[in-house]
Amino acid sequence: METVLISVLNGLVYGMLLFMLASGLTLIFSMMGVLNFAHASIYMLGAYLAFTASQFLGFFPALIIAPVVCGLIGAAIEIWGLRRVHHNGHIAELLFTFGLVFIIQRLVQMTWGMLPMAYRVPPVLDFPLFSLYGVNFPAYRAFMLLVSGAMLLGTWLLLKKTRVGLIIQAALTHPNMVSALGHNVPRVFTIVFAGGCLLAGLAGVIGGNYQTTEPGMADSMGPIVFVVVVFGGLGSLAGCVVASIIMGMIQTFAVVIDYSISDILRPLGVVFTGDTLFTEILTVPVARIGALLPFVMMVTILFFRPRGLLGTRDT
Amino acid sequence: MISVIRRICWAFMVISLAAGGRPAVAEDTIKVAYVDPFSGPFASGGDEFLKVFGYILAKVNADGGALGKKFELVPFDDKLQPAEALIALKSITDQNIPFVMQCTGSNVGAALVDGVSKHNARNPDNRILYLNCGALATELTNEQCDFWQFRFTGNVEMRAAAGIKALPMDVKKVYLLNQDYLFGQSIQHDTRKWLAKLRPDIQVVGDELMPFGKVQDFSPYIQKIKASSAQSVITGNYNRDLNLLIKAAVDDGLNVRFDTYLAHLIGGPTAIGAAGEHRLTTITEFDPNVPAELHKTDAEAFSNGWRANHETDFSEVPFLTMFQMLARAIDKAGSTDALQVALALEGMKATDLVGFPVEMRKDDHQLLMPYYAASFSRDVKYDAEKTGLGWKTDFIASTEDLTLPTVCKMKRPAS
Repeated sequence: METVLISVLNGLVYGMLLFMLASGLTLIFSMMGVLNFAHASIYMLGAYLAFTASQFLGFFPALIIAPVVCGLIGAAIEIWGLRRVHHNGHIAELLFTFGLVFIIQRLVQMTWGMLPMAYRVPPVLDFPLFSLYGVNFPAYRAFMLLVSGAMLLGTWLLLKKTRVGLIIQAALTHPNMVSALGHNVPRVFTIVFAGGCLLAGLAGVIGGNYQTTEPGMADSMGPIVFVVVVFGGLGSLAGCVVASIIMGMIQTFAVVIDYSISDILRPLGVVFTGDTLFTEILTVPVARIGALLPFVMMVTILFFRPRGLLGTRDT
Repeated sequence: MISVIRRICWAFMVISLAAGGRPAVAEDTIKVAYVDPFSGPFASGGDEFLKVFGYILAKVNADGGALGKKFELVPFDDKLQPAEALIALKSITDQNIPFVMQCTGSNVGAALVDGVSKHNARNPDNRILYLNCGALATELTNEQCDFWQFRFTGNVEMRAAAGIKALPMDVKKVYLLNQDYLFGQSIQHDTRKWLAKLRPDIQVVGDELMPFGKVQDFSPYIQKIKASSAQSVITGNYNRDLNLLIKAAVDDGLNVRFDTYLAHLIGGPTAIGAAGEHRLTTITEFDPNVPAELHKTDAEAFSNGWRANHETDFSEVPFLTMFQMLARAIDKAGSTDALQVALALEGMKATDLVGFPVEMRKDDHQLLMPYYAASFSRDVKYDAEKTGLGWKTDFIASTEDLTLPTVCKMKRPAS
């Protein structure tokens, strides 16, 4: 019982971190139709900027400054980059963001060097909040949950309950009509892209000191975020939340499960011995391949439900 | 459009003229090709090593180099890919560079052992020596040993033996957590082997492999370790896989030792920071605190010379030993001929920077050398990467301690 409870908490925290990263990606995709490969790179940039800002101003000002700078960078990328390749279609946009990944990676390495940064959790949040069966629950994780919850609520309210959200949604499906009504459609796209990058930057501020701030962090988070977005359904905020939490839970619980397929079959009288082609697959414990399960699930869902859990259109 | 292409062509012509116009290097040097990752996710290692070699070669060349000539490093980027390393090897042999050196990755190391061996069999008048300074897989000087390879760093088994010898007697329950790829598996295998041999009183309460570089959240592992009531986690993890593990342990209030093999790698102390105090140990080849504790002023001065201009610490004593032994071997051979230098290196005895004896064993071309077990502490003269904490030596595993048997059956060239 205690294992389950602690695992649920851990899974929730990890899931919400994934959500913070994935929400910006989903936002950009659902509103602009652009699959932004460089999203995790903006996340990394957010962490580095927050580290630098927190050295001079402290963590909480950095929590505001770094995402805003990331948003401005996003706006610049949209205005001078994406907009110019936009008329060449989605493949061009995809390749453009793919190229950005390498450019940002190199820029970060050249600016901050190749070694990890000493970006730490601020002292005010660095204490155990409560203890559960002898396992501490750090205050910073509660803070992460709080921020990600606020992020979810804020994004949802903005998109569904305000005029701005209405115009953004309309601009995606009926750009000509929105333009005819006197709205500046390209600017709407800029705002959306900047907003997505701002969310990625915020995730970087929070994730950078929860994990480590180093040049490899974009590479390690990039794939899993795409899995979350595809699994949840491209362009669905609700799907993104659900998928993030499912992925968080799966990875957390998988580590606790020390059984393999052969252990399940053993009570049925099936015993595997010797060194056959399948021995390795059948006897490997789930814990050892836990981190790969999300990818298996992505493939499965693409096979049976290509639009993802709650997606509105096919991938 | 055409004008753009024309302009680009012009630009290329200008660039190539400018490059071609540079005067050729006149000075006669002994070239050593250096193959390691200089781009991609592992570039930080290659970059750092290149700087370290610059510092070491300044000393070796000032001491006279070999045959009155200076050593010159020629870097090649392998992106940590065996295929890229073999392309580099082709280019190295085309340029008649007599030595190839490589310090990261056993997969690349295995490819080079094989590639160099084949090249030398096919081109007896243009042979090349492979100087291994960081491909750690034990097999490379055992089952896969080769006459043309010389390994100037301890293999996984030597490190495992040193680590187990250094474990305090009150540790009775250990948990093994390693990365699920070649290096992690061999650390796991050799740790178990030496635990059984040296410390039968220790119970292995958990033995786990985790996906390499894929885990973002270590809390569930911490929970498992806690449930196993282990006193120590023995791990070959490094970089992100180690930093996140220790961070999660501190956050969750797990109070165990972390007996690691590679926590001292560059960037490790910075990323772990105070979280590692009193619980983190590592196995090093050298640390600035070693000469300070042993009162070896020359070695201390040499490591301080590096420290004065760099954010990182000097720990690559075997690199220095390698060049010193290579210089002696070239002098003894009277040329850079691969076979003669190899024969001169075999069985060569030397003293390292600290003053401990080392030997290039003839049977398997493995350097027999000491290792230091150290813990992360504030009570040190030199802190690591300006973190305020540094590596305090707990135990020295001597060269004799680490002279382990080999199963190498080397094919020697007819000379």
